[in-house]
Amino acid sequence: MSTSTPDLTHGAGHGDHDDHVTVPLLERFPGRGSAAAWPLGLVGVLLLVGGTFLSWSYTGDVLGDLSINFYPGGVQICMIVLGLVALAFLLAHRGPLSRLGDWLDSAAAVRNLGLGAVAYMAVAIGVIAYESGGLINVNPGGWVSLVGALLLAASGLMLVSRQHKDPLFAKTTSWLEICAIIVLMALVLFGAAYALGIGDGASFVLFLMFVAAAATALAKSGVFTWIGLIAQKNRPVLMLGAFAVAFLFPFTQGGSDENMSIATQVLIFAATALGLNIVVGLAGLLDLGYIAFLGAGAYVGAVLSNSAFATIGWKPPFLVVVLVGAIFSSILGLIIGSPTLRVSGDYLAIVTLAFGEIFRFTMGNLDGNNGPDLTNGPNGVPAIPDLNFFGFDFGQPHNVAGITLGRFANYYFLLLVIAAIIIFVFVRLNNSRIGRGWVAIREDEKAAEAMGVNVFGLKLFAFAGGAFLAGMAGTVKAHHDVSVTPDQYIFLESAFLLAAIVLGGMGTVAGVLVGATILKLLPEKLRFIADYRLLIFGLVLVLMMRFRPEGIIANQRRKLEFHEDDEDLAERIEEVHLEEAEAKA
Amino acid sequence: MTVTDTPPPPATPSTVGAPILEARGVTMRFGGLTAVKDVDMTVNEGEIVGLIGPNGAGKTTFFNCLTGLYKPTEGVVTLSGQVIPPKPRAVVVAGMARTFQNIRLFANMTALENVMVGRYCRTSSMALTSILRGPKFRREEAATRARAQELLEFVGLGDSAENLARNMPYGDQRRLEIARALATDPKLILLDEPTAGMNPQETKQASDLIFRIRDSGLAVVVIEHDMRFIFNLCDRVLCLVRGEVLVQGSPGEVQSDPRVIEAYIGGGDDDEDDDPTPSLDAGTTQEEQQ
Repeated sequence: MSTSTPDLTHGAGHGDHDDHVTVPLLERFPGRGSAAAWPLGLVGVLLLVGGTFLSWSYTGDVLGDLSINFYPGGVQICMIVLGLVALAFLLAHRGPLSRLGDWLDSAAAVRNLGLGAVAYMAVAIGVIAYESGGLINVNPGGWVSLVGALLLAASGLMLVSRQHKDPLFAKTTSWLEICAIIVLMALVLFGAAYALGIGDGASFVLFLMFVAAAATALAKSGVFTWIGLIAQKNRPVLMLGAFAVAFLFPFTQGGSDENMSIATQVLIFAATALGLNIVVGLAGLLDLGYIAFLGAGAYVGAVLSNSAFATIGWKPPFLVVVLVGAIFSSILGLIIGSPTLRVSGDYLAIVTLAFGEIFRFTMGNLDGNNGPDLTNGPNGVPAIPDLNFFGFDFGQPHNVAGITLGRFANYYFLLLVIAAIIIFVFVRLNNSRIGRGWVAIREDEKAAEAMGVNVFGLKLFAFAGGAFLAGMAGTVKAHHDVSVTPDQYIFLESAFLLAAIVLGGMGTVAGVLVGATILKLLPEKLRFIADYRLLIFGLVLVLMMRFRPEGIIANQRRKLEFHEDDEDLAERIEEVHLEEAEAKA
Repeated sequence: MTVTDTPPPPATPSTVGAPILEARGVTMRFGGLTAVKDVDMTVNEGEIVGLIGPNGAGKTTFFNCLTGLYKPTEGVVTLSGQVIPPKPRAVVVAGMARTFQNIRLFANMTALENVMVGRYCRTSSMALTSILRGPKFRREEAATRARAQELLEFVGLGDSAENLARNMPYGDQRRLEIARALATDPKLILLDEPTAGMNPQETKQASDLIFRIRDSGLAVVVIEHDMRFIFNLCDRVLCLVRGEVLVQGSPGEVQSDPRVIEAYIGGGDDDEDDDPTPSLDAGTTQEEQQ
């Protein structure tokens, strides 16, 4: 190994050309054979990428069409990208990009990319074999890429991590940081559009595997540490970029109503989850009936709409309806909250769970037989007309710059505004006197009370405020869904909302957006395992609780709360915080 | 709170100001158990009062009666002439802050944030202000931050503002807790065993800090087991045994009182076989430790 590995102690191994069969041994004696590792990696990348230019499959109807030589497409593209990223990390390890390698753990990145590529190729070959009736139908290109992936993985396992500086302390110029954020946003936009466009389930699973491999590699190499830091430093740019991406998304769909319908559902779900995140993530209250507040808003939206089945004669403009729905929801929140928030967590969970069910049954019974006819009972309120803002009909497709935006795209933009409002409220409250009070309550309720924090008032405010935002989203949902029925608001929906928060990361905006996207998008794309949906969700949540209880994108404080005994983590987070405080000053 | 802007009053007990805290005939019963019986206590402005007693003497119960955690069965506690409300938060608003025997900081917040939480009851930005962020909000946030930093410097933690509370050394955590209590602008601060677990040097720092708090015009009540610390620190000492005031007076008087010595050495520390004061009600030494 070259001089670029100052941490090497086993210098005797220099120049040895051991082959990669002795991987475990090599890990124990990292000096041995690592000279072979780097060229091995290059060969691996070459084979991996080269293989994608050959045909993978004999038949042309598996995973898109992989039967054409010198015309990579579909799932082959992912391997080209992965190969190029691995190449970049290899060159960072030793070669022209080695300055990058001073800051990043390139060996870990290559290792994860290699292992990810092996898994990807194994599944891809398995799917081809399964779909087209035997391994015989896997063409040489597939095997070449598999061998390339194996070589890359072996190389990654043999490479010794260079001693590198902590990316946390990398002083980067602001234009580079902003470029990185723009690239990141562009990748998100492109990835989301690409993922939605994937037709078959197997390709989608492969795409997920690719994303997982790339994300793990970037996380292990330390890129995400740096991105996290620059995201903190350039918050306005990040927010603006995120909204630009979200805004541009419909233009990538070419007027496809099918994908936009999924996107709007994701957005409704995400907006509601963000509202719940104020209750759960900030105030630390376990609410198992939150969907009822969305339902309350939706019912208000429905009965005050122009639907022929609406039961109330008053037809105010939509903005008034939004306000009425939100206020109605928050009043329900106050009614439920004021007696129960005085007791501790478990009781609140049970009462809110019951409230969710009571809401659903009440809506199902207000049909004129058991009470006043408000909701038409189980039939709900159908035929809710599309919104119409000053002549802008949400039901009609519109043409913007030559791109057709259909009905769902219209609602998508409206929901984007609602989500933006909720995020705005969330962030502002979090960084204020009220937010500090909530953290104090979560940390030690008794001490907070003894320090003069209005514990009950703040909890009630979180509860009612969360309900307010859900009610707001609900009024739009009523028009989006066309009909409102009680069975849209079952307990399972509340559980999914909570799962999105837990999965994504309590108390973070980005995490909840990711969690909501995963929970809504995956079932749409993975219909072939729809029967096992709940089983898989359950498993994923159990695994999350075991290995990463703070969620995919963790709130630092939450992370600390989940790891009370981890002193190293506390030191590390303090370092990050001090770095950020310095950057701000 | 007047840490910086009031001239410190003379530090001699003879010139102490008007009474701030007055407890009259405070009795606390838990069912048939009388944990605190007919205790009178007065704390004046600029005075440090010590509360001592063997384990189980009812110190913490009495403390909880003062801070509104318990409502006394009989008797009243007044703060500046007003009867204290039986709610911890209202007591803080009325001007009495406390620290805890076992440190109860907000561990995952920074030192500065901890102190800023203490400012909660003296600030008023509510939801809409916080969301819209008008000039009032900015002014209040800046003032809160500045005040918190000032208090951290007062207790000697000015450089640790951005450190996580849980990463701080033990002695610093104690001082941070005091800074957090001071942030509520109290007239009176109650310290529950402020030197528990401290080494002699940290204890010395703690007593210096308490003197400085007193000099800024606050009244201080200290519960402590460390006799040397108490007798060096306090203007007056109150010795509680089995829920009743055994002796009250200057440190010298209390220190030399044979009954105090006997209570500690003879019958103290839950040791019931040697009863120095037969007139006391037996069976009242249980207290609810929080």
